[in-house]
Amino acid sequence: MAELERHHYDVVVIGAGGAGLRAAIEAQASGARVAVVCKSLLGKAHTVMAEGGIAAAMANVYPEDNWQVHFRDTMRGGKMLNHWRMAQLHAQEAPDRVRELEDWGALFDRTPAGLISQRDFGGHRYARLAHVGDRTGLELIRTLQQRVVALGIDVFMECTVTRLMTGPDGITGAFGYWRESGRFISWQAPSVVLATGGIGKSYKVTSNSWEYTGDGHSLALQAGATLVNMEFVQFHPTGMVWPPSVRGILVTESVRGDGGVLKNSEGTRFMFDYIPEYFRKETADTIEEADRWYDDKRNNRRPPELLPRDEVARAINSEVKAGRGTEHGGVYLDIASRRSKEYILKRLPSMYHQFMELAEVDITAEPMEVGPTCHYVMGGVEVDPDTAAAKIPGLYAAGEVAGGMHGSNRLGGNSLSDLLVFGRRAGASAAAYAQAHPVTAAQLDDDAVAEAGKAALAPFEREGGENPYTIQHDLQQTMNDLVGIIRTEPEMREALDRIEELKKRVANLSVEGHRQYNPGWHLALDLPHMLKVSECIAKAALERQESRGGHTRDDFPGPTPEWGALNVICSEHDGSISLLRQPLPQMPEDLATLFEETPA
Amino acid sequence: MTYDAKLRVWRGDADGGELRDFTVEANDGEVVLDVIHRLQATQAGDLAVRWNCKAGKCGSCSAEINGRPRLMCLTRMSTFAEDDVITVTPMRTFPVIRDLVTDVSYNYEKAAQIPAFTPQPRDADGNHRMQQVDVERPQEFRKCIECFLCQDVCHVVRDHEDNKKVFAGPRFLMRLAELDMHPLDNLDRRKVSQENFGVGMCNITKCCSEVCPEGIHITDNAIIPLKERVVDRKYDPITWLGAKIGRRPHS
Ligand SMILES: Cc1cc2nc3c(=O)[nH]c(=O)nc-3n(C[C@H](O)[C@H](O)[C@H](O)COP(=O)(O)OP(=O)(O)OC[C@H]3O[C@@H](n4cnc5c(N)ncnc54)[C@H](O)[C@@H]3O)c2cc1C
Ligand code: SF4
Ligand code: SF4
Ligand code: FES
Repeated sequence: MAELERHHYDVVVIGAGGAGLRAAIEAQASGARVAVVCKSLLGKAHTVMAEGGIAAAMANVYPEDNWQVHFRDTMRGGKMLNHWRMAQLHAQEAPDRVRELEDWGALFDRTPAGLISQRDFGGHRYARLAHVGDRTGLELIRTLQQRVVALGIDVFMECTVTRLMTGPDGITGAFGYWRESGRFISWQAPSVVLATGGIGKSYKVTSNSWEYTGDGHSLALQAGATLVNMEFVQFHPTGMVWPPSVRGILVTESVRGDGGVLKNSEGTRFMFDYIPEYFRKETADTIEEADRWYDDKRNNRRPPELLPRDEVARAINSEVKAGRGTEHGGVYLDIASRRSKEYILKRLPSMYHQFMELAEVDITAEPMEVGPTCHYVMGGVEVDPDTAAAKIPGLYAAGEVAGGMHGSNRLGGNSLSDLLVFGRRAGASAAAYAQAHPVTAAQLDDDAVAEAGKAALAPFEREGGENPYTIQHDLQQTMNDLVGIIRTEPEMREALDRIEELKKRVANLSVEGHRQYNPGWHLALDLPHMLKVSECIAKAALERQESRGGHTRDDFPGPTPEWGALNVICSEHDGSISLLRQPLPQMPEDLATLFEETPA
Repeated sequence: MTYDAKLRVWRGDADGGELRDFTVEANDGEVVLDVIHRLQATQAGDLAVRWNCKAGKCGSCSAEINGRPRLMCLTRMSTFAEDDVITVTPMRTFPVIRDLVTDVSYNYEKAAQIPAFTPQPRDADGNHRMQQVDVERPQEFRKCIECFLCQDVCHVVRDHEDNKKVFAGPRFLMRLAELDMHPLDNLDRRKVSQENFGVGMCNITKCCSEVCPEGIHITDNAIIPLKERVVDRKYDPITWLGAKIGRRPHS
């Protein structure tokens, strides 16, 4: 290919969110030559939007906290489907990963003793989230970005990877295009780290941005790696519901952590009616106890508003279905009547700003209207916990694109810590692998490169086809209506039929204009990824005949012990997705004893 | 409630372009970015525009709306009358790539030139200790979402391409101030603030602070204090050290 720009690196990191940047820093520190590639400008990845905080058992606020408690909370929040080893490493290493951010310039909110302050969040036994007001993700990404710049790591921004390149021995590099010019570019490299984030743009009501088209999940399948537990999609209980144009935008869980409560249209704190047996022992059953908990956690149990996200999202869904919703089909989230204006402005400044600017609601004076929104995918690339290695030699995955860590439901705050812990591990492993497999050995296959270029240009070749925006809209509606928060077999079958139709439409779409910064073309190239990932979600969801965490089946209510011992694995062969039921890895005895007093 | 909004959008590239008129449906509660997206989805599939969060958190969707630098995702349609013509143009200070997308690499270059954070060592127990009052001043500057609207509006560079070489712009003067106020940082950047980044060229018009979507008091809280430190105590390491340590009651 004449116009191809070619590069050589030891490690190519795809993604410049928390996971990608942390991986790049570590790979460089391990002696590798590193490139970071990202679709947006540097500093704009999803991580920037994270609000509440980073979960780490630093014990700065509660000395009783330690990694074992964090590990236990994480596993129970994920309904025991988490890979135990990932949850263990995560809980053990998160405190160090947070502390080292301070060496790179991060400025967290402080405790009176001058240490990093920690706040309450759903599913965490102790106040555990290191934070900066409600803009923690911004602090995290800016810190890592400034570190990457200080280290002089090469960043290819506004550059999209469309294919991974593989040879007989594994990864050989990646292929993509510059968004600005539309020109093609390739990286020859023995190691590639996927850090591409999630899939939420396949849903209509979502807190996720245009970037979340599941590229990394789909690239991994294409390269021959596997995905684990794609049926588990987290619907965050509190997204904005009004006005329609902001439907889905996130309202941070910190509102509840800092004292906000949920009420239905009758003014009832309905969460007391939805405490599941599984969490009854640790949840307050009276308003009085719940309210005392904010000041005295030792002698009181947590308010039910702070149950894990799947529980709260389902409860809101049920209230609205039962006719007790608000005018615009949500429920009320009220902090105005419970905390002072000064407190709210200090703790939740960007929420205040967001509601003022977008909804003309003053959250210090009136309740917010909220409802569930697609937020996070627990499923992802199946990796080895210690090395973050996928099933193809040279391929690594970290952050939201990787699976296993969060089981069937992620606790708030556990993603930012996950990015740091496994981003670092992926970077180190990728560098070590590159050292043993020099870049010269990883030759790009010219035919495959030519083929990738041809595929990328195909939408321009066709004329009179459909526009990509319409197809994306129809996919979002399909996933929202048929593979959403509550699922049934006939609906999921219908979704799979519609996905087949959409695939045909994608194969025939056409785009207008030319290659220079053309969003219509970019979307046309994202759509196959979105469809592939949506198919995995629908197929895996159909396969798992139980309800657990972020997967609720109307036709199979409640979890079963059989399914509690199984992961669903997706792989791709000749363009079609196949499933495999795989036994869960066995937790060692010493960790298992941490759960003895509670049913698994 | 739905009505037909009148939009005038700049379309073109580095070689030139023009304002084009469009009529696009607008609904209750929408912001300019929603209407731009609808334009893209229904009439101009290749309209180039940057965005990510749609909630004022990422600083991607900067443009000039009726000549004023703004985030498109935080500009409500209800701030205009239904028969107003809303003009949307790219940020003028940066070279156009296509339509509403500009080449903002000037900002990334300045960021890379600033001498990096240089921390003092941790305490013996592995922690850094800082008091909330001491972190609050630099924390205000770390609210910056890098929308570069302040860079766009600053007259020092807006109409004077040449100044870009010697002037870092408000966003990066603020970054220098932030590092200067950081309780853990140990590097003196006063000399470079003056000689390499042009803090002296700012004449305190405060236009940058007025457009900042985060409401940061860029001029009053960052640039003026930086100017004072540079001018009043030019390169006196003793006063500098004193000021640094004095601000941090070490507990
Ligand atoms: C509104 C909101 C609030 C949140 N709040 C919290 C919180 O308080 N605490 C918490 O723990 N978690 C929170 N989360 C979740 C958390 O922010 C994300 O899961 C996490 O930031 C994902 O990070 P990442 O590094 O995996 O990916 P991202 O930060 O999303 O980065 C993905 C990167 O991959 C790049 N990329 C993708 N595809 C390609 C491609 N084909 N080619 C090149 N580059 C590509 C993108 O450009 C981007 O740079 C929140 C999420 C949202 C949406
Ligand atoms: S105050 Fe200084 S930096 Fe800000 S716009 Fe005016 S001249 Fe530029
Ligand atoms: S200081 Fe304000 S205006 Fe300037 S880049 Fe940052 S957020 Fe934007
Ligand atoms: S889209 Fe993020 S600031 Fe407007």
